[in-house]
Amino acid sequence: MPNVPPKLLSPGFSRAMRDPSWARWLLCALALLFLALLLLVPLLAVFAEAMRKGAGAFIESFANADARRAIYLTLLVAGISVPLNLVFGLAASWAVTKHDFPGKSLLVTLIDLPFSVSPVVSGLILVLVFGAHGWFGHYFSSIGVQVIFAVPGIVLATVFVTFPFVAREIIPAMEACGRDEEQAAVMLGANWWQILRHITLPNVRWALLYGVLLCNARAMGEFGAVSVVSGHIRGETNTVPLHVEILYNEYNFVAAFAMASLLAVLALITLVAKTALEWRIQHIEKQVVTERTRHRDPA
Amino acid sequence: MPAHSLSKRRRKVLPGFGLSLGYTILYLSLIVLLPLSAAFIETAEMGIVGFWQAVTRPRVLAALRLSFGLSLIAAAINAVAGLLVAWVLSRYEFPGKKIVDAAIDLPFALPTAVAGIALTAVYAPQGWLGAPLGELGIKVAFAPPGILIALMFVGLPFAVRTVQPVMENLDSELEEAAAMLGATRLTTFRRVVLPVLLPSVLTGFAMSFARGVGEYGSVVFISGNMPMKTEIAPLLIVTQLEQYDFHAATAIAVVMLLLSFAILFVINMLQAWNSRRTGQSRA
Repeated sequence: MPNVPPKLLSPGFSRAMRDPSWARWLLCALALLFLALLLLVPLLAVFAEAMRKGAGAFIESFANADARRAIYLTLLVAGISVPLNLVFGLAASWAVTKHDFPGKSLLVTLIDLPFSVSPVVSGLILVLVFGAHGWFGHYFSSIGVQVIFAVPGIVLATVFVTFPFVAREIIPAMEACGRDEEQAAVMLGANWWQILRHITLPNVRWALLYGVLLCNARAMGEFGAVSVVSGHIRGETNTVPLHVEILYNEYNFVAAFAMASLLAVLALITLVAKTALEWRIQHIEKQVVTERTRHRDPA
Repeated sequence: MPAHSLSKRRRKVLPGFGLSLGYTILYLSLIVLLPLSAAFIETAEMGIVGFWQAVTRPRVLAALRLSFGLSLIAAAINAVAGLLVAWVLSRYEFPGKKIVDAAIDLPFALPTAVAGIALTAVYAPQGWLGAPLGELGIKVAFAPPGILIALMFVGLPFAVRTVQPVMENLDSELEEAAAMLGATRLTTFRRVVLPVLLPSVLTGFAMSFARGVGEYGSVVFISGNMPMKTEIAPLLIVTQLEQYDFHAATAIAVVMLLLSFAILFVINMLQAWNSRRTGQSRA
């Protein structure tokens, strides 16, 4: 083939996809500059503002009772909402991936619905249902339970906004595993609990962990929905993000950014763990693929 | 044994169907569907005239226009920037690439209130970037450009993460064929690569837009919150709620809900188009 330039015959990542080096440099520089300005600078600003008056002032921000109550409440709310959505995620994925029934895709769409609802609207609809003038407001106040402007409302709002997180990670993972192993276990006389414990859960454990991680990050950081239902009662119904807002609006910037740096560290830990889990999941997927090809083609 | 009864038995073979589906539907109804229906029932009580009056007041219209307009601009910028970032991450090698790739998800992981006060600190008149921009006569914080930057911040991961996998799985033969036939790189990009990426770019645009319209936490600190000027729709809902005007708050909420359902529908169509075009299904 004398007419074809030899460079086009090279295999693998072909020359045809290689851009001139000036274009590569320019595009890389543009992308990195954009990301640095939009993502890195604000992140650095959180820590810079928190340390503006030195480490002493930074540490002092955590010493008062309101700050500690906010941290406690955030841990409590996440500690209730994440397990609730984990159980739901497991139930939903078991029903959706291990059985066939009409309306399945509608159900999956409905599970994702809270993602497309504005956080403020999520808070508002809870006020409409559980508020003093709401549908069930009278009932709950008659049994002495305050939902809105109290901790139950904050938990409900958090459960609502983090609703799809675990389910949407487990469903594809469980779907990919198929039903063969579970069906074999049933044939051998295993009960539901044994199947879950020994087959299904170990198969999806990394996806499950991934979902819990994202769910937790959102639960601890939720602002809009929680802000609407909390009532902003200092030292009582303030989570960490709400406490950041109060301090900020009082011009207590060092304390506000100190609390915010706590959440920023949580975000960074989440990103690192998320990246590690993604690597792990890809690694396992590759293993499964190579094993399957080996079984199919015993050479 | 006849085939249909065999398939029937196979279908029933796994336990726990009734319990898991029942729990799923009950929990979904209590947590999501019941509260969502409250918004529509509350609106129905207002009647169509009351609803129309509530959402056409000048202050509401200004807030909706601001939220929708700025979200559209932010989503458009993100679509282009997302394409650029996804291109660089999937095609080029540079030191620290893994860290940059992981950092794209920062806006997902960082609580919106933290993003809000951080962006405000950076773009305030005395801030790191606010001061030099102020000398050029550009006011960012407490003005619409500040809201735009906050909306770009929260929407960026959607724009990158929808395009990136499609670009990574792009069939290299297409580009090789184009080069063989004498196309320049730019022509190949415009005529071969971009059409394949288009559905995913539009999906990222729609997701970024949807996120922007509903965004609250990262915007309220930087926006300045002046009625008619820098007041976004979600903030107006909060303001009406604080004045116990449930009807007005719910009417705005229903407009936003209807819009997000419409976008959700469009995104589903786009993803179906995307999997047809790239020949792969995405979860």
